[in-house]
Amino acid sequence: MSPGLRAVHYLNQFFGGVGGEEKASEGPQVKDGPIGPGGALQGLLKERGEIVATIICGDNYFAERTEKAVEEVLQMMTPYRPDMVIAGPAFNAGRYGMACGEVCKAAQGKLGIPAVTGMYEENPGVDLYKRAVYIVKTSDSARGMAEAASRMVNIALKLIAREKIGRPAEEGYFPRGIIRDERTDKSAAERAVSMVLAKIKGEPFEPEIELPKFDRVKPPAAIKDLASAKIALATDGGLVPRGNPDKMESYKSTRFASYNIKGIDSLSSKDFEANHIGYETEFIDQDPNRLVPLDVMRDLEKEGVIGKLHDKVYATAGVATSLANSKKIGQGIAEQLKADGVDGVILTST
Amino acid sequence: MTPIAVMIGANRIIPGAGVVHPLGNIDLDPKAEKTLRRAIVEKALETLQTELTEQKLFPRPV
Repeated sequence: MSPGLRAVHYLNQFFGGVGGEEKASEGPQVKDGPIGPGGALQGLLKERGEIVATIICGDNYFAERTEKAVEEVLQMMTPYRPDMVIAGPAFNAGRYGMACGEVCKAAQGKLGIPAVTGMYEENPGVDLYKRAVYIVKTSDSARGMAEAASRMVNIALKLIAREKIGRPAEEGYFPRGIIRDERTDKSAAERAVSMVLAKIKGEPFEPEIELPKFDRVKPPAAIKDLASAKIALATDGGLVPRGNPDKMESYKSTRFASYNIKGIDSLSSKDFEANHIGYETEFIDQDPNRLVPLDVMRDLEKEGVIGKLHDKVYATAGVATSLANSKKIGQGIAEQLKADGVDGVILTST
Repeated sequence: MTPIAVMIGANRIIPGAGVVHPLGNIDLDPKAEKTLRRAIVEKALETLQTELTEQKLFPRPV
């Protein structure tokens, strides 16, 4: 372990003892030694390191001119030759969390100085910075200062000593999305089977990767009068006009398209095909109604079962499309459907 | 593919007639195929008229 770790500590106006909200527009200032919570950090560091300076900046000042503020903060810390930057902890304070994340990220990226901060899980700074910066988990208020400080110092010392930092759950920080190979005594097959058995028994188990979280949307109210409803058709099966003139992506889609089907009673293989690498599209190419049931919907419209078939069909290719882009595409389609007064959608997925 | 729809949280889900022809069946003649397609679409419209408090995977129409 390297003796004499020199740390610079970043605080906001409140923790820095400058004042409350009324001082949130104050620009950065630097003071020698630890201030406020820095005392707790110094107490934990003991002889292994020293908080050589504390930079205090108003949360609004930082939020309103972030680039400039970060530059000023970095310039203030440089003369102290720090080995480490510690910011916060910010607990649940949003502007403060953003500032801490930004300061740490900049110190790492621009000055090559390792950094650590701490936030409560709902702090917006967590989602924004957890991948770039070690953010330890804290409680939602300063009552959790001791634990936060302890976790931050632990990470700081390991970073300085270039010691391996353990898993998020062990060391108390937010998962950074880093996948690391490790040797274990159990083969992947054994570990996988253990997980499946636990899952079947309803016992808890730890996945080895972070699983995406899917939200739930309340089911929209049912359509009361189908005979006056406007129904639209959509698909993620990659329906495109023959020849794909819009050059729609066949996977990893970033956009969607809409096709005007006014007056068209059936999708013809002369006019449409499927552009999608996730399934064999031959049968859709032969008869696109097998993907987007325009022929049947047109019949139902003529018979008065539905009020109207919407003039536009929406399409994209779903395969390997990121969750983020899927959300964007879905929202984009929904906005247009809503603007056009559509009451219900039938989406065909392949 | 319906387990995926359930996982991501789609609310009204009905199984199609196959990944490569969700609304068709190449083993049927065109007329029978269209009848099948209509049955699935009618089921889909039925789900749109069904009041729900949480997601539901509806049974296979045919």
